[in-house]
Amino acid sequence: MIEVERLSKLYEMGGQKVSALAGVDFTIKKGEFVAIMGPSGSGKSTLMNLLGCLDLPSSGIYRLENLNIQDLKPNQLAEVRNRRIGFVFQSFNLLPRASALENTELPLLYGRVPNATEIALKALERVGLAHRAKHKPTELSGGERQRVAIARALVNSPAIILADEPTGNLDSTTGREIMSLFNELNREAVTLILVTHEQEVAQQAKRIIQMRDGKIVTDELNGVEPC
Amino acid sequence: MLIWVLFKMALRSLVTHKLRTFLTALGIIIGVASVISMISIGEGARSQTQDTISKFGTNIITVKPGQQKSRHVTTGKVDTLTLDDAEYIKVNIPLITGVAAQVYRSAQIKFENKNTNTTVRGTGASYARLANFEMDLGRYFNSEEIKSAKRICILGSTALKNLFGDINPLGKTIKVNGKNFLVIGTTVPKGALSWFDPDDQIFIPVTTAQKRVFGMNHVQSIDVQAGKIEDLEIVIEEITRLLRQKHNILEGKEDDFYVQNSAQFLRSWGESAKTFTYLLGGIAAISLMVGGIGIMNIMLVSVTERTREIGIRKALGAKKREILEQFLIESVLISFLGGGIGILLGIGISRFVSNIGGWETIVSSQSIILSFGFSVAIGIFFGFYPANKAANLNPIEALRYE
Repeated sequence: MIEVERLSKLYEMGGQKVSALAGVDFTIKKGEFVAIMGPSGSGKSTLMNLLGCLDLPSSGIYRLENLNIQDLKPNQLAEVRNRRIGFVFQSFNLLPRASALENTELPLLYGRVPNATEIALKALERVGLAHRAKHKPTELSGGERQRVAIARALVNSPAIILADEPTGNLDSTTGREIMSLFNELNREAVTLILVTHEQEVAQQAKRIIQMRDGKIVTDELNGVEPC
Repeated sequence: MLIWVLFKMALRSLVTHKLRTFLTALGIIIGVASVISMISIGEGARSQTQDTISKFGTNIITVKPGQQKSRHVTTGKVDTLTLDDAEYIKVNIPLITGVAAQVYRSAQIKFENKNTNTTVRGTGASYARLANFEMDLGRYFNSEEIKSAKRICILGSTALKNLFGDINPLGKTIKVNGKNFLVIGTTVPKGALSWFDPDDQIFIPVTTAQKRVFGMNHVQSIDVQAGKIEDLEIVIEEITRLLRQKHNILEGKEDDFYVQNSAQFLRSWGESAKTFTYLLGGIAAISLMVGGIGIMNIMLVSVTERTREIGIRKALGAKKREILEQFLIESVLISFLGGGIGILLGIGISRFVSNIGGWETIVSSQSIILSFGFSVAIGIFFGFYPANKAANLNPIEALRYE
């Protein structure tokens, strides 16, 4: 599903080249639940942006469902983001003036999918928020907002869901609820990639990749299988 | 489908910021309203002048004695034209449909114990037709009565009112400069113009006026009616040629008469009125332009404010074009709204001006279409730069924006 070979990213800062990602290799199969860990500056955000097709690598290969992402043009990247990737952000990133339902519908509208409202409602149902469909984000609690964001990420049945510190802005109880929702989705064969620096959160994943200075330090299966 | 969604989003964003939307649209509102009201005032002035002038008849050429030095100053001898000249023109130019020589002077007229000062105009039989006078009561005099210099008269409506009030004047005798005249008709009112009242005069046969009232042999003007407007130039040339020949004017010498034509006057007036309209419209267009810059300004602020939203949309798969469209729709909506309100306001202002100021105003559909189209074009033009800026934002940076 995901094949990454010698992927690297260079940034130019004040005339100096900074290597944010220095050639990483890994593959992720369908249905996996991977946590990417590392201190700030380790390159995990850069990797996340590349995996999310928000940015292009300086060199290397990124293959997503047999698509060579590094060769795509901006509009094709937008299409890949729309159809194959679901994002869950630390700060939810919902449109403040749109209802939960409208927020969930948005990827479908950009993808020109018919029956958008119906599909979006089902996605909200899946995260247990069908009854809050007409509410604006400001009328929802943090946990509910993140559920809406997850519904939005799910709505296009993407190949992978990328979650960037999804529990970072939540209290620990709500955080655990969100994590168990992720686990549930994973059991339904949704591929999940999670960026976090919280050990407790990472322990929920089946595989943990540790990063430091733009490189992968360890990549091992997590022994504790959630039941 | 998507365009409808984008439209709804744009509308929602405008409704959320009602005051800001209104203030942004205000520039366009003022611009469009001033374009429409200014053009309507200009057009109204033009049509009013045209109406006024056409009351005299547009295919009328007036020949006057002497020389016209500048616009309205006449110099030279004033007794160079005679009834013979009028007859000569009438007989020798086939393109004309009427000739009327005139003498006129202000005189006192009297009926019983009432008297008033009015213009006494001695004319030929075809004058009523040439000058667009219609008969109300009675009839105009004929060529027989002119030949025999009868003492008969026709009253203009103002003169009639001043002298008779509500009494039927037909068959009554009035005194003009102390001489008796029989009233045989009255004319339908033409309506006063700003500088003179064509109804405040009486008409008598030109011969009677020359011999019995004013004691003169010349005429003060000869009105010539061309059959067709297109023939005006030829007729003017012919008149000039014939009169020079009849007056024995040698080549190189100046004419002892001059020719005026209301169509020329009309044309030059029309030109200056048009210039006036363009000038007003131009000033109004500048304010429309300023309104457009206002839109751009606000849209730029809006793009900066919504950087994060743009980032979210891009992450969810919005293409560059779709972001561009969303913001363009917004600015076009503002100008659309401004244009609509501006049109209503413009129509209101021109109504107000014609009600209060008494000016004629004409709101043409052309000016509405023009200003509306222009304002939408401004929305697109000035909305494009901010929308393009939004569309080109880097999604990663936009998502990080606080």
